[in-house]
Amino acid sequence: MIEVNDIRHQFPTLHQKVNGYPLVYLDNGATTHKPQVVIDAISHYYEKLNSNIHRGVHFLSQQATDAYEASRETIRQHFNAQHLHEIIFTKGNTEAINLVANGFRQILQEGDEVLVSAMEHHSNIVPWQMACESSSAALKVIPMDERGVLDIDSYKNLLSDKTKVVAVNHISNALGTINPVKQMIQWAHEVGAAVLIDGAQAGPHCSIDVQDLDADFYCISGHKVYGPTGIGALYGKEEWLKKLPPYQGGGEMIATVSFDKTTYADLPHKFEAGTPNIAGGIALKTAIDWINHIGLDNIVSYEKELVDYATKELSKIEDIRFIGQAQEKAGVISFLVGDIHPYDMGMILDKLGVAVRTGHHCAQPVMDQFCIPGTIRASFAVYNTKEDVNRLVEGVKKAQIMLS
Amino acid sequence: MASIQDIQQDIIDEFDMFEEWMGKYEHIIDLGKSLPLIEEQFKTEDNLIKGCQSRVWLHAQHKDGKVIYTADSDAIMTKGIIALLVRAFSEQKAQDIVEADTHFINQIGLKEQLSPTRANGLVSMVKQMKLYALAFQSQN
Repeated sequence: MIEVNDIRHQFPTLHQKVNGYPLVYLDNGATTHKPQVVIDAISHYYEKLNSNIHRGVHFLSQQATDAYEASRETIRQHFNAQHLHEIIFTKGNTEAINLVANGFRQILQEGDEVLVSAMEHHSNIVPWQMACESSSAALKVIPMDERGVLDIDSYKNLLSDKTKVVAVNHISNALGTINPVKQMIQWAHEVGAAVLIDGAQAGPHCSIDVQDLDADFYCISGHKVYGPTGIGALYGKEEWLKKLPPYQGGGEMIATVSFDKTTYADLPHKFEAGTPNIAGGIALKTAIDWINHIGLDNIVSYEKELVDYATKELSKIEDIRFIGQAQEKAGVISFLVGDIHPYDMGMILDKLGVAVRTGHHCAQPVMDQFCIPGTIRASFAVYNTKEDVNRLVEGVKKAQIMLS
Repeated sequence: MASIQDIQQDIIDEFDMFEEWMGKYEHIIDLGKSLPLIEEQFKTEDNLIKGCQSRVWLHAQHKDGKVIYTADSDAIMTKGIIALLVRAFSEQKAQDIVEADTHFINQIGLKEQLSPTRANGLVSMVKQMKLYALAFQSQN
């Protein structure tokens, strides 16, 4: 059971007025707010621990290192990775994908193919385009239908022994579609391809078991799971992480350095050059612990109830159409009202204290497929309430009157 | 023709009538609806100013020593503000446009609309209006 008032109480940013109205925050797909414990964890690091990690012999350095490494262990458990060294800290989801795609530049060859889906956001398109450009491999796109569901038959047809990588999101940021990634991974493995699952949106909305999925790479952003910005995690299977070259050079990622030759550190440090976001790494543990304290199952069922309620209430609005109508959806409702431009709707909702995202959600190809300039996206978190939904619906109705 | 300065003052006075944001917004929406559309032949990729959120088309021509702007946007709020900018700058001398500011946008409480973070194409539009004026000015 979710006691939403108790939860809301823990989020200081939620308790403010915007343009004279109590804030309704429905832009959680972009970033979630942070509970007080996460904010405290960041302060605690700077107040009590501040020290560089993995190198000092002194007390504080050891304390900071222990706290940072404890976070890695929490992430390992949370995603059920087999080995601790399969968890790489990154600055976020985008860096994680770049790290992997950059490594594949050296593996991909002319004639090889990389598959991405038609519902990817730019972070899971552009790094692969860049990898394909520099290796002369080809980028292929798994199509989706008008409901925003991937065309699985086409996917199977696209898979061949040329396929070296499949990169898809677990949950679409623009549409909310939950993709059948476990099956997709299995089929990709049958042709010998590696699979990267972009879990940016899935992180806060479903429990993830990388071994059960058999994912080769899985990445999340800290700031979308109630944690700080500038920190994220990449899970990579040991065999793949050993195969990929380092992403960045510098301190921390080396074993020995001379001007003749540098040897690289073992996993996970091989991919963690330089002083990391230590406070962020430590506070990410706090965020994940916080989620687990509430229980992901509780969060999932509570959010489903909210999204169902919002869908039902929004459906009553004349001329509304939902973009993305998959059976399996989570966390996101994307919609348009009549021929009202999403920007106009967003402006008026903002004036009414309701924060939504408008535009193409960094997924222009998705918008192109539906021939729309963008959508209005309401995305939910565990601290949202039915009252938030009511305010959204009232706001949309008011904007509709003003704009038509 | 009134000066750019005078027109800006007129707009400020006009918006002073509205105490609440809703009145202002409704007025902008009405202005957006009444903006003469850019001729279809000018709604080209070349004349398109790309914003992440809304798109703006701007066309300029120099006639009898004055710059004439026509413009459009796919978002009505953006279009309303375009209407104000066109009202202030169109049919003015190139040099006056180059030298003018857009303080009225701040003063009518729409400062955030001209913020680069809005990504609505308006900041680029003002810049583009001035660039056209500068180009026409240097032709003389």
